[in-house]
Amino acid sequence: MSKLRDGATTSLRWSWFGLLVLLAFGYLVGGLSGTRQSKLNASPDATMNGSHVVDSDPMSAVHRIQESLRSSVEEIDVERQQRLASLSLDYAEPADWLTICRRLSLALVGNGLSLEEIRSLEKIEESKRERTHLENLLTDQRFHHYWAERWTRFLVGTDGGQFIVYRRRRFRIWLAEVFASNQRYDRMVRELLTAEGLWTDKPQVNFLTATFDSNDGKADPIRLAARTSRVFLGLRIDCLQCHNDFLGNVNLGEESDLREGTQQDFHQLAAFFTSAKTNGLQGVRDGEVEYAYKYLNDAEETDVQVAVPFLPELLPEKGKPRARLAAWVTHPENIQAARATVSHVWALMFGRSMGESVDNLPLDEPCHPMMDLLARDFVAHGFDLRRLIRVIAASEAFRADSRADFEINSEHEQNFAVFPLVRLRPEQVAGAIIQAARIKTTDRESSLFLQLQTLTGTNDFVTQYGDIGEDEFTSESITITQRLLMMNGKLLRDLVESNPLLNASAHVRMFANDTSQIVDLLYLSALNRYPTPSEKKHFVSRIDCSDNAEKATEDLVWVLLNSSELAWNH
Amino acid sequence: MTVNDQLNRDPFCDPRVHLSRRTLLGAGGGGLMMSAIARRLAWADEQGLTDTAKPKSVILLWLQGGPSQLETFDPHPGGMYGGDSSSINTSVKGLKISDLLPQTAEQMHLASLIRSVTSKEGDHERAVYNIKTGYRPDPTLKHPSVGAVLCHADQGGADIPRHISIVPSGFPGRGGYLGAGYDAFKIYDPAQPVPDIRRSVPEPRFQQRIADLYDVVESEFQRGRLQQLEKTRTLHRTVTDGAMRMMSSQQLDAFEVSSEPKEVRESFGDSAFGRGALAASRLIEVGARCVEVSLGGWDSHITNHSLQSSACDKLDPALSALLKRLEERDLLDSTLVVCGGEFGRTPTINPAEGRDHWPHGFSVLLAGCGIRRGAVHGETAGKPTLDPDKPMADIVDPVTVGDLHATILTALDVDFEEELETPIGRPMKRSEGKPIKAILDS
Repeated sequence: MSKLRDGATTSLRWSWFGLLVLLAFGYLVGGLSGTRQSKLNASPDATMNGSHVVDSDPMSAVHRIQESLRSSVEEIDVERQQRLASLSLDYAEPADWLTICRRLSLALVGNGLSLEEIRSLEKIEESKRERTHLENLLTDQRFHHYWAERWTRFLVGTDGGQFIVYRRRRFRIWLAEVFASNQRYDRMVRELLTAEGLWTDKPQVNFLTATFDSNDGKADPIRLAARTSRVFLGLRIDCLQCHNDFLGNVNLGEESDLREGTQQDFHQLAAFFTSAKTNGLQGVRDGEVEYAYKYLNDAEETDVQVAVPFLPELLPEKGKPRARLAAWVTHPENIQAARATVSHVWALMFGRSMGESVDNLPLDEPCHPMMDLLARDFVAHGFDLRRLIRVIAASEAFRADSRADFEINSEHEQNFAVFPLVRLRPEQVAGAIIQAARIKTTDRESSLFLQLQTLTGTNDFVTQYGDIGEDEFTSESITITQRLLMMNGKLLRDLVESNPLLNASAHVRMFANDTSQIVDLLYLSALNRYPTPSEKKHFVSRIDCSDNAEKATEDLVWVLLNSSELAWNH
Repeated sequence: MTVNDQLNRDPFCDPRVHLSRRTLLGAGGGGLMMSAIARRLAWADEQGLTDTAKPKSVILLWLQGGPSQLETFDPHPGGMYGGDSSSINTSVKGLKISDLLPQTAEQMHLASLIRSVTSKEGDHERAVYNIKTGYRPDPTLKHPSVGAVLCHADQGGADIPRHISIVPSGFPGRGGYLGAGYDAFKIYDPAQPVPDIRRSVPEPRFQQRIADLYDVVESEFQRGRLQQLEKTRTLHRTVTDGAMRMMSSQQLDAFEVSSEPKEVRESFGDSAFGRGALAASRLIEVGARCVEVSLGGWDSHITNHSLQSSACDKLDPALSALLKRLEERDLLDSTLVVCGGEFGRTPTINPAEGRDHWPHGFSVLLAGCGIRRGAVHGETAGKPTLDPDKPMADIVDPVTVGDLHATILTALDVDFEEELETPIGRPMKRSEGKPIKAILDS
C-alpha cells in the first residue's frame, strides 16, 4: 500500500514538475509568434484581435486629432505644390498605405511593421489605416525608447564620458519618459539648460556632465556652447571659437542687419555655462558667471560677459544666467530655435534633412517655407512634438511615392516631389531584419527569449555593421563588411533558418494554406508589401519545384533580407 | 555580365596591390619560406603584373589603455619615479630601453623613438580619437583615422579590404568624414577564421540566392525609382560583388597565419596580438594599406609594474619579430611600423602602486619608410618638477599629436597639408602638425 502511495506521490510530483515546465515553456515562447491560423491568413479580411487601437468610429479621438491638423497640413501642401510648380517639376502620387505605414514605423520605432500589425490594420477601412497606425505608434513604448536614443545622440553624443559623473543610460531613460508623457518641448529644453543637482538623481544634469571629461571635472562651456548652438539654435558656429568669421559662413546679429560672426558671439554664449558650478556631493549648482578668455590677437584675457548671438531683446534682463538663456532659447518669438527643432524632427521622419543640413540653418539664408510654417505651427500649438510629427506625417511630402511614371532625378527628391530614398541606419537595419523574421511585434512585451535575442543580436550586429555614432543623417554608402555580415553573418543565419520556435520562415510554412500564401506572408514580413505577380510566380515556382521546400523557403527569406529594399527607406 | 560571369572572373588582379620584384626575390630566396601567396606573387611578377610604385603601408601596433613610457621606451630607473623597472642596452649604442623589452632592444637599430609626444587629452576615449585621427574630438565633425586617410589618398584596389583592424579595441580606425567605406575591416584572433567570409550554404544554392536577389527583387525595386539607382545611390550590387570577390579571393590566404612555419609563428609569441602582427605583415604584402593590431592591458592604475610587465611579455616578441621579418623580406622601406598608445603614465606612483594617465610626454616608436634608424627625438626629465601649471617644463623637444601624424603621412609620401573637403564643404588639412625632421631621412 505504501508503495502504491509512494508511487502516486512520485507521479503527482512529476506531474507538477511537468506542468511547471510546460508553463515555463509557454511563458518563454508566449508572444514569439501567433499560432492561430487566423493571424496568419493572407486575406486582408481575416478577423483577428489586434493589440492596438482599431479606428471604427469616425468621430473617435484619432479622427478629431486629424481634423485639428487639417489647415496646417493644407498650408504645407500648398507651399510644396507652389514650389514644385515654380520649378516645373512633376510629382509622384501618394504611396500605398503599407509603404507609408512602413515609413512611420521606421521613423518612430526604428523597424518595419510586423505581420501582426499589418493584419490588425487590414481589418479597418483603408482610409483610416495610416492615422490609426500613427496614433498606435505615438503611444507605443518602442517609440519613446527609440526616440530617446536618437535624441540622446543629438543632445550628448555617443561618447562614454566620465563614468563617475556621467550616466548616459539614465539620461536616455529620462528622455523616454519625456516622450512617453508628451511633455512640452520647451519645458524639456529649459530642464536641460538649467539642470541642477546630481547626475544620478536628476538625469537631465547629464547634459552638462557629459562634457566634464574635457574640462577637468567641470562643465565645459566651449562644448556646451557648440552643442547648444547646433541643437537648439540650428547654427554651426564652432569656427568662431578660435577666430572671427572671415568667409561669410556665419552671420549673426539683428535680423535686419546681419553681420559676420565674431569670437565674442561664441564665447559670450559659452559664458552662460560657466555659471554651472560643480559642488561636490550636491552635484551641479548655479553660481556666478566667471569666464576669462584671450581672443585671437589680443595680448590679454578678457572677462567675458553673457550675451546671445541674435535677438538680444528676447533675453530676460534678470534671473539666473542659465535660466535667462533657457528663456531666450524657448521664447515663442525665437523662431530660429523652433526651426532647429522642426529640422531635427523632419530629419527623423524622413531620414534626411529638409535642406542641406539638419543643424545648420544660416540666418542669412531664406528659410524653407515648409520649415517656417511648421516652426510657427509648433510654437502656436504649445511646442507639441506629437502634433509636429502628425502634421509632417499627414503632409503630401511624407506621403508621396518614391516611384513615378516620369524619370526621377535628385532634384525631385530635394524638393520632395517624390519621397527620397534613404539608407537605414545600422540599428534600423538590425531592427528591420529581426522584425522581418518574426510574425509578431518585437517589443518589451515580447518573451524573454525574444528580448534576449533581440538585445544581443542587435548589439552585436550594430557593432559589426558599424555604428555611425551621432552622425545621424550622413549619407553613407554600404560597405563590404556590411554585405558580408548580411550574406553570411550569424544573426542572418539564425533568422533565416527554419526555426519553429522563433522564425517566420518556419511559422508561415506551418500555417499557410499553400505556397502562394507562403510567398505573400514572407514578403509582408520582410518588405511590408505584397509580391508583384511576377515575383510571386517566380518564387512559388521556385519553392514548388524544389526538392526541399523548407530550404527553398529559407532561401526566399535570405533573398528578401539581403535586398536593398529592406535596407532602404522608400 | 551575368552573375556567374562575374563570379568566375579571376579574383587576382590589380597589379598595384602587389609586391616589388626585390621583395619577391627576397621571399623566393627563402626557399621553404616562400608561401602560397609569395608563389602567386612571383607568378604575377613574371607576368608583369606587379608594380614597383606600390604605395607604402603602415602597421600600427596599438597599445590600448596607455602604456607606461617608464616601463617601455623611456625608463628612468632609480629615484622616486623609476618604479621597479630597470634599463638595458640596445643594438644602438647609448640607447637604453626598459628591461621588459629585451628582444625589442636587439632590433632598435631599425627604429626611431619619439620620447616627447604631448597631447591635451587624458581621457581614454578622447585620447584614442586624438592619436588615431591627429585631431581632438569635435562635436561637429568626425575626423578619419590615419588608415582611412591613407586609403583615401591612394585608391588602389585589392580583393580584401585595405584598412584592417586585428583584435580591435573599443575604438578601431574609422572613416570619419571620409565615409564608412573607409572604416577598418575588423577581424579577431587570426587563429580563427575571418568573420562572415564563409558561405553558410553550398555554392550552387548560394548562387541561386544571388541570382534571385539580383534578377527578381533588386530589379523590381529599381522599377520606376530614381534614375541609375544602383550606380548613383545604393551601390548594392557593386558592393555585393566586391564582397563575393573577397569571399573567393586567394588574398584571403594572407589572414591564415597557420600556414607559416612553426618557428615563425613562435617568434611572434603565442598570443592573439602576436598572430595579429604576423598577419599584418602578410596582409601588407597583398595590398593592405593600413593594418592596426591592438594589445590591451596597459591601463595600470593599480600594480603598475606587474600589469606593464605582463603586457610587455606580449608586445616584445611581436614587435621585435615584426621588425626583423620586415627587414629580412625587404619590406621595411615600404612599410612604416608605428607602436604606441593614447597617452603615457604618470611619473608619480600612486598609493595603489599604479601610474595614472599622463599625456605630458610619452613615447612612440616608428620604424621604416625612411624613418631614421637608431634615432631618438625628445626627452623627458628623470626628476620632473611636475608643476601642474607648466606641464611642458619637463620635456625637451616636445612634439604634438599633429606633428606625429604629419611625420607618418610624410614618411608615406602623402601630402599632409593637402586640404580635404568634409561633407559640408569645410576644408580640412590631413594634418595640422609639422613633420619631425629630426627622425626623417632627408
